[in-house]
Amino acid sequence: MNKSLIMIIVAGALINNVVLNQFLGICSFLGVSRQMKASASLGAAVIFVITIASAVASLLYDYVLAPLGMDFMKTIIFILVIAALVQIVEMFLKKKSPSVYQALGIYLPLITTNCAVLGVALTNVQDGYNFIECVASGFGTAVGYTIAIVLLAGIRSRINEKDIPAPLRGAPIVMIAAALMSIAFMGFGGLQL
Amino acid sequence: MKKYIERLWNGLVKENPVLVLMLGMCPALAVSTQAANGIGMGLSTMAVLVLSNLVISLLRKVIPDQVRLPAYIVIVASLVTVTELLIKAYIPSLYEALGLYIPLIVVNCIILGRAEAYANKHTPMLSVMDGIGMGLGFTVALTIAGALREILGSGSVFGLRILPESFGMTIFIQPPGAFLIFALIIAVMNAIGIKTRQRELVESDCDGNCAMCAAACKDQMKPGTIRLDGEQKKEAAAAPAAGETKGGDAK
Repeated sequence: MNKSLIMIIVAGALINNVVLNQFLGICSFLGVSRQMKASASLGAAVIFVITIASAVASLLYDYVLAPLGMDFMKTIIFILVIAALVQIVEMFLKKKSPSVYQALGIYLPLITTNCAVLGVALTNVQDGYNFIECVASGFGTAVGYTIAIVLLAGIRSRINEKDIPAPLRGAPIVMIAAALMSIAFMGFGGLQL
Repeated sequence: MKKYIERLWNGLVKENPVLVLMLGMCPALAVSTQAANGIGMGLSTMAVLVLSNLVISLLRKVIPDQVRLPAYIVIVASLVTVTELLIKAYIPSLYEALGLYIPLIVVNCIILGRAEAYANKHTPMLSVMDGIGMGLGFTVALTIAGALREILGSGSVFGLRILPESFGMTIFIQPPGAFLIFALIIAVMNAIGIKTRQRELVESDCDGNCAMCAAACKDQMKPGTIRLDGEQKKEAAAAPAAGETKGGDAK
């Protein structure tokens, strides 16, 4: 418990931004960032799933995998937990809170293949975080993902109106925008908390 | 025999997973800081891809359709764990360099994508060749990007000094450089007229699910042309026979 929780959240969200610094979840980052609304919904769904997934993965690791000495099984177990969790969350929301379910739409089931979720779960274990720290780190990371994807969606809506040189249209200009965002986020590296 | 060679060519050039299909971007961007890391990551992914294609192809009549994705994920995760332990035991330096990205091969879009788009419909031999082709394509793309980043960023490649040390533009080894280099590589491919499908993939309403994406673009996408969005939409509406242009590929 040598790091404060605020530090963990800020580090996850800004300093080690999951997309711009660690390159996790690039697929959906480039794919879904076309519209602001879709990006925001995906971001919300990701915050929801990553926070719960890091909590469950942390409990499973601390109370099942580590005591049994099955450390090597963590990749398989975590990916299954995440897949199952996404299903459960989806069914739960559909039943209990149809409005939220409607808002998240198709983005919920697709989070299984988002490598940010598995990435966070594995990093948490590697860093030896306890339960509360895992949840904080998961939440911070997911907030960082949401910030990045919503910002990129905003930039892309401006890019679409511009006259881009032909070879750069489409993916290249989006990645150049991401590179500039990444440079901007490097500035957070100087934060001392 | 021709079919097998065609698979290799397809993975290496025609449907290069990173540069053309834009799958597996996460590890590609993350580990391409050095050419050697690119090769290591590429070969590890290739090993998993070849084996997963083989196993899934062998089991394609056994696995029920409804639970195929979870089944694939378990198969891939097991193979990745094996690979991870082998790398940890025999090439510890590579394990240090790639770190988190080795277990993350599980969620590499290329692997699930190929399982869904190819291995579950084709014979084991063809699927293995497809895996080798796609794996080589991934390795080549990562190595090229890694070499470029290493030359620009530190002036050397594979540890061989090419430019004086003072030349290094460290930005290319840092995260922004990854985005820049890949943007430029794809832009150059566009400029010299290599047909890439990445444009449609990114610009179409990608739902973020790469497995489905790869499956869809194999059958439906046509080779990319660079147009403004509106025109592209209009044309797509006017000529819905996109499948025809790819007809020759199916045989």
